Amino acid sequence: MSLPTISLDSLVSTKSYEQLLATAKSGGCASSSCGSSAKPDEMDSAVWEKIKDHPCYSEEAHHYFARMHVAVAPACNIQCNYCNRKYDCANESRPGVVSEKLTPDQALRKVIAVANEVPQLSVLGIAGPGDACFDWKKTKATFERVAREIPDIRLCLSTNGLALPDHVDELADMNVDHVTITINMVDPAIGAKIHPWIFYNHRRHTGIDAARILHKRQMLGLEMLTARGILTKINSVMIPSVNDEHLVEVNRWIKERGAFLHNVMPLISDPAHGTHFGLTGQRGPTALELKTLQDRLEGGAKLMRHCRQCRADAVGLLGEDRGQEFTTDRISDDIAYDASKREAYREVVTRERGDHVAAKSDAVGTLKATGSGKSLVIAVATRGGGRINEHFGHSKEFQVYEASQRGISFIGHRNVEQYCLGGRGADAALDSVITALDGIDIVLCAKIGDCPKDRLAEAGIRATDAYGYDYIETAISALYAAEFGSEPLAATA
Amino acid sequence: MAFKIIASQCTQCGACEFECPSSAIKFKGEAYVIDPEQCTECKDAFDTQQCASVCPVPKTCVPA
Repeated sequence: MSLPTISLDSLVSTKSYEQLLATAKSGGCASSSCGSSAKPDEMDSAVWEKIKDHPCYSEEAHHYFARMHVAVAPACNIQCNYCNRKYDCANESRPGVVSEKLTPDQALRKVIAVANEVPQLSVLGIAGPGDACFDWKKTKATFERVAREIPDIRLCLSTNGLALPDHVDELADMNVDHVTITINMVDPAIGAKIHPWIFYNHRRHTGIDAARILHKRQMLGLEMLTARGILTKINSVMIPSVNDEHLVEVNRWIKERGAFLHNVMPLISDPAHGTHFGLTGQRGPTALELKTLQDRLEGGAKLMRHCRQCRADAVGLLGEDRGQEFTTDRISDDIAYDASKREAYREVVTRERGDHVAAKSDAVGTLKATGSGKSLVIAVATRGGGRINEHFGHSKEFQVYEASQRGISFIGHRNVEQYCLGGRGADAALDSVITALDGIDIVLCAKIGDCPKDRLAEAGIRATDAYGYDYIETAISALYAAEFGSEPLAATA
Repeated sequence: MAFKIIASQCTQCGACEFECPSSAIKFKGEAYVIDPEQCTECKDAFDTQQCASVCPVPKTCVPA
């Protein structure tokens, strides 16, 4: 492949706009329509304007933009059987877990420190532990302070919905344009199995009574957000034999009330986490069960498939967490915001995105032209930017795509143990990587050694670095054409 | 006529602090504590003690 290369490093390691631009240009407006709109065809343009820089709301944006969460609102007004607020640990990565709780002032300093260092930062969220709408004073103070210092940062929050209706107007006033509500049921009988109690109107409610109140408040909150044009994503935790079948019904209800995206997440259940479900042996769904349910929901509210169930204090691109670089003890007391890196990065991304869209559209054309009815499952090693730019041995996750004549679709990601540490490969780790890549036809990466390549081949998985630094879609279409097409590669050069 | 917080069990979420109608709960040093002078056990204000009702950990907000 002859496309010149742009590594993401070149985009994030320098401040000079001219330098960045030179790199982007060398990387190529080779395809004719550089600068064209990056908007996916089927999307309303007002909605696209809102989500195009939000990694969690837009699958496309998650290649380019990063989010950070600040844990300022630890108090919660409901109890969930998958949550345990008594326990958290730096080595765990799951929602609700944080290393340190912050005051609004500490949060402001952290956001500035990250904005100065991580040019991809576009979104600040408050996502737990606790509920951002219940612990409202701290949420509000944090948003107001950050918005004053960094006016272009997008604000969003995650809530269980119980206290949400009380604050929708304030959210609208503060220009919060994305809210996530966790809704696991629309049937209170099912809700009672997931939420043992809620605190509402100054007292604790339990059982069906609690679930009924929660359900009403969730639906009211969603309707109020929709009426004000605030985009709403619904998170649902999939709990086998409790609400798995029921989520089809949930999907229908939330779509009717204007939810923009439905994110069905697998229950994380480990006895070591000390949650009720962990201790009672309630299992989480398998990757296949999750995918089967997500496939059944296609056609309802749009599904999110790139969720990483990140920590409530995660920092960086989805799939990476740089939170440990920005703990309070590492941040100076008087820190000033420097917009230069973020501004330069945005200008380059605008160009790179236009180019990427053109490359994607070429890729789909190539697939369609093959006339093949077969499909390929491909795992990609990437550090972002929509390109194959990570070494096989450095990958902690692979993004999985399915290519068929209908196009290229992102179907999820696989977490793996990093195989190569300090320049040497560890055999045991490689075994676990191979297990995690079960069912993958081809692995695409920026670089791979002969040894892991041979071991993968023995397991029936092909791996290649021939498309290193290409756009993911360009490489996949070239592979697909080579595999099934009558005119291999001709259309993609 | 007062409640207390068992510090070793407390997750320091702070929900009790802002639900307390008599401002009897404060974060002092390393833990949340209830000032027995100010605590009314929510008598004449609410049916149930607010701190105990909102506390996520059983037997952590208890009669002193």
